Amino acid sequence: MKILVPVKRVIDYNVKPRVKADGTGVDLANVKMSMNPFDEIAVEEAIRLKEAGKAEEIVAISVGPTKAQETLRTALAMGADRAILVETDAEVEPLAVAKILKAIVGEENPGLVILGKQAIDDDSNQTGQMLAALLGRPQGTFASKVEIDGDHVSVTREVDGGLETVRLSLPAIVTTDLRLNEPRYASLPNIMKAKKKQLDVKAPADYGVDIAPRLKTLKVSEPAVRSAGIKVADVDALVAKLKEMGVA
Amino acid sequence: MKTLVWVEHDNASVKDATLSAVTAAAKLGEVHLLVAGSGARGVADAAAQIAGVGKVHLADDAAYEHALAENVAPLIVDLMGHHDAFVVPATTTGKNIAPRVAALLDVAQISDILSVEGDKTFTRPIYAGNAIATVESSDAKLVITVRGTAFAKAEATGGSGVVEDVSGAGDAGLSSFVGAELAKSERPELTSAKIIVSGGRALKDSETFEATILPLADKLGAAVGASRAAVDAGYVPNDYQVGQTGKIVAPEVYIAVGISGAIQHLAGMKDSKTIIAINKDEDAPIFQVADIGLVADLFTAVPELTGKL
Ligand SMILES: Cc1cc2nc3c(=O)[nH]c(=O)nc-3n(C[C@H](O)[C@H](O)[C@H](O)COP(=O)(O)OP(=O)(O)OC[C@H]3O[C@@H](n4cnc5c(N)ncnc54)[C@H](O)[C@@H]3O)c2cc1C
Ligand SMILES: Nc1ncnc2c1ncn2[C@@H]1O[C@H](COP(=O)(O)O)[C@@H](O)[C@H]1O
Repeated sequence: MKILVPVKRVIDYNVKPRVKADGTGVDLANVKMSMNPFDEIAVEEAIRLKEAGKAEEIVAISVGPTKAQETLRTALAMGADRAILVETDAEVEPLAVAKILKAIVGEENPGLVILGKQAIDDDSNQTGQMLAALLGRPQGTFASKVEIDGDHVSVTREVDGGLETVRLSLPAIVTTDLRLNEPRYASLPNIMKAKKKQLDVKAPADYGVDIAPRLKTLKVSEPAVRSAGIKVADVDALVAKLKEMGVA
Repeated sequence: MKTLVWVEHDNASVKDATLSAVTAAAKLGEVHLLVAGSGARGVADAAAQIAGVGKVHLADDAAYEHALAENVAPLIVDLMGHHDAFVVPATTTGKNIAPRVAALLDVAQISDILSVEGDKTFTRPIYAGNAIATVESSDAKLVITVRGTAFAKAEATGGSGVVEDVSGAGDAGLSSFVGAELAKSERPELTSAKIIVSGGRALKDSETFEATILPLADKLGAAVGASRAAVDAGYVPNDYQVGQTGKIVAPEVYIAVGISGAIQHLAGMKDSKTIIAINKDEDAPIFQVADIGLVADLFTAVPELTGKL
């Protein structure tokens, strides 16, 4: 079985995003960029399935600017076998990403596509579900456990009330949640080896996908800021405050 | 505009998250509901009582019992033939289903809306809530998920909706439900609680978390939450996680105990009315958003606080 893993280049999760003064977006100039954390978990899961003999090949895919090659090299250094960059400087919405991925699935015929549940920049949480819809395939979203048995996959999902397990027929789409695994760091030798792995560069037009946005961003603004309040000296003072508020 | 609102339920009763989605939908136009479930007529009857609701579509079929997206999405797409917007609470169920519907309709989804600014214009948080985008849709139909904390709850009673049976294709034959481990708790639900006590990595292990946080929560009649670090370390189950990728809460009072205040955690609780933080590090970022801060060792401060309430 082949596994496709879409990985997005996003602002590093340790960086506090700043809204541009002109209200057109978030300032990404000279900001540290990394692989979306949920996608690292997706890459790790694919590697573990390969190590367990359940998969033969892992293909990492990114839709984004030239620099997204770095993100793909990270996936290759972790253990993906080859990569495809669908290059564009435009911001591509989840629906268009899903359409590009659908076309690649058509060419590659993977048994599984493992995506992150959410990109930490747009916070959409859509692409995996959309891809599953376009392909008419089952979806196991927010996965904390993935088990392949024959031509099915069991996915334990993190849901609001706790955990839920579904059984999907393969081929299927899975999206990762935080507890699925702890991604490995790429070793130096593997980083060197990754430089030689195959990385194809394509364009959205190669897949016949129109990436024109459906949503127009009219403005991006700062959220209401909370200012720091007071510090109390001890527990008695805190109790007094709670009583004042009518909480206790 | 005619909206179709997904009713969140457990085949027995309507979940509160539905009520905020109804409020958001009412800003767009007529509100119709969809109850997809199994043996869910009682839910439909209750949903018909929600103030301001018109038709309640009831799709009662074993295939809809667990709201499997593969099964319910085609049903919704059919109903969208005569609705203009599909409006869903941003719960894990809603987030699972809505994008599948949007893609089948070939429209963009607008996730987690905070406000309705016009017929096709909404605000939504991006970058863990560190920026708010105002977006306008150019699609013929809308698919929207609604952040529960951003909209008041519609009244659960006083309405006079009419229940109408609908049927869909049922089981798509792609997926099946195996089982669930749902937490049973006497405590208030996180997303609707008035007071929340949350614990972080500092709580050491599950016994210490329980011995320290639960008595305080009990005294206050509070729900219990946690940071990702506390969940990852196994102190509490995953459904306790508050944050960018966990639950979004906005109680009257949020008490953060031994939580540093990473942006991903703040994203889930910074709209709380009053934030109280107990942390031994006076420079912890949580104090930048806390209305009341206590710099102290939680292992002495929390038992003392519990004792004095
Ligand atoms: C993709 C992604 C998504 C994430 N989503 C979430 C999310 O939804 N929710 C979330 O919470 N996090 C999330 N995180 C994790 C987040 O970045 C932080 O790692 C996490 O919130 C830290 O948890 P913490 O505050 O409990 O632990 P720490 O950061 O380790 O803080 C522990 C705090 O306890 C204090 N302390 C220690 N001992 C004591 C004592 N005896 N008395 C008093 N105080 C004490 C310390 O001073 C410190 O401030 C996410 C991260 C990523 C990458
Ligand atoms: N531009 C992209 N390139 C590759 N993968 C993407 C891209 N956008 C989204 N994805 C995948 O879809 C997941 C969910 O993203 P989103 O729907 O934008 O929150 C991500 O975690 C990635 O796995």
